[in-house]
Amino acid sequence: MTELIDKNNLRVDGRKLDELRPIKMQVGILKNADGSAYIEWGKNKIIAGVYGPKECHPKHMALPDRALLKCRYHMAPFSVDERKSPQPSRREIELSKIIREALSPAILLEEFPRTAIEIYIEVLQSDGGSRVASITAASAALADAGIPMKDLVVGCAVGKIDGKIVADLSDIEDKEGEVDLPVACMPNLNSVTLLQSDGPLSKEEFKKAFKLALDKCRYVYDIQRKALLEGYLAKTKEA
Amino acid sequence: MSAAERKHEFVDSLRRRQIIDGLSLGKRTDGRGLTDYRELKMEIGAIVKANGSAMVHLGNTIVLVGVKVNLGTPFPDTPDEGILTVNADVLPIASPYEEPGPPDEDTIELARVVDRGIRESHMIDMSKLAIQPGKKVYSVFIDVTVLDVDGNLFDAVSYAAVAALMTTRFKKAVVKGDEVIQSDKMMEMPVKTIPVSITTAKIGSHTILDPDGIEEAVMDARLTTTFDSANRLCATQKGGEGWFTPEEILRQMDIARVKAKEIRSVIKEAVKNAKKS
Repeated sequence: MTELIDKNNLRVDGRKLDELRPIKMQVGILKNADGSAYIEWGKNKIIAGVYGPKECHPKHMALPDRALLKCRYHMAPFSVDERKSPQPSRREIELSKIIREALSPAILLEEFPRTAIEIYIEVLQSDGGSRVASITAASAALADAGIPMKDLVVGCAVGKIDGKIVADLSDIEDKEGEVDLPVACMPNLNSVTLLQSDGPLSKEEFKKAFKLALDKCRYVYDIQRKALLEGYLAKTKEA
Repeated sequence: MSAAERKHEFVDSLRRRQIIDGLSLGKRTDGRGLTDYRELKMEIGAIVKANGSAMVHLGNTIVLVGVKVNLGTPFPDTPDEGILTVNADVLPIASPYEEPGPPDEDTIELARVVDRGIRESHMIDMSKLAIQPGKKVYSVFIDVTVLDVDGNLFDAVSYAAVAALMTTRFKKAVVKGDEVIQSDKMMEMPVKTIPVSITTAKIGSHTILDPDGIEEAVMDARLTTTFDSANRLCATQKGGEGWFTPEEILRQMDIARVKAKEIRSVIKEAVKNAKKS
């Protein structure tokens, strides 16, 4: 087994236990999409684009009282070490679903009956924690599209490696570590919209990890808001 | 692409109100208390052609799991471990909303959540499933067939899969010279712990255990947690279009942790009886 934490409590990439990888975000990067966002989170490079509210196809899927939310999480074939087939894998199908269910509580879908809102997430390069980075980008893209929301959804994963609770697992920490625990929430509404975990955690360990995840979500939330604000200022300058 | 498909009885807002009113009085549509499970019946070993099998009735939900053990080549990143695969199929006879064809996103999620409960609890000692490291290992297929749908497939399938694995027997393979051949000696699945999945649903401000079909139709969100024999949390999956407060999640886990013990003893008893006969 690789040693993931050294004697000075530093991780393989030199981070402290509760330190996140560098995050950069930008909104409004695509011309055609109604809203878009780009996120770099460690080695993750992810684009999210939103179309809608628009006409719902096929029509029989339209809902009489709210918009239909569609979501696709997709990884580029070159985004991982071994080439990934472009066809959606079982993992991508599951993630498309849980990302949709993580974003759906925030959107005022009932404002747009009989329409569809489409979210496309393209992972250009994948590192650990791509689902939470995707959620963070997609929610910024929804806001960029001007779709009314109760709050932004923001995600952050925590985990357990070498017996210690740490924030934001990288690829190697996810593979070699004991536990991965991704969380997404709406910070201002005290609502958790995504929670997954794998690997054994005692009751106390879960409590500690869960709290750490929620704290770190707050931190990412500030980056997300700043990116939206900068995007908006750039747009007003153009106009 | 993922989109919300209607897979249950159409329940209008009045029915939802009625169910929530009932929950406020501590009553559910079928008369259960908020934290009661439906009757859990297990029939173990019914499929003699499989290496292990279990049929589980959880109320009206019926699922059947068969385990087959083959010889296979290990994955390059885990050369000294066996292979575990979970596949699920919700049959068209199981619900008026199912159709024949490849598994949809709900079925894929079901298989993956059950897989995670078994894999991440380290239920099976995968290193004992290696025969010739890097070359030949046992490959364990857990195939799930859902026969009738009335809510909480996650737990029903998980119990069936765990019971089937605990009673799985297969031919031991031996290395002879350069070849790996199956001997006549039988071996049992190397089981280390018994993972138990507990699913709760949030309806309005109420949390209930083991949601049935109509409760799943009106629920806001779902939380499935799996605990190992040491009562550690091993897998979690939130589902549904709604949300939980952090406090609700911690409370749910406290309730689920207690319930998991109860269910584990039911599974143990059923496995013990099956092994006797």
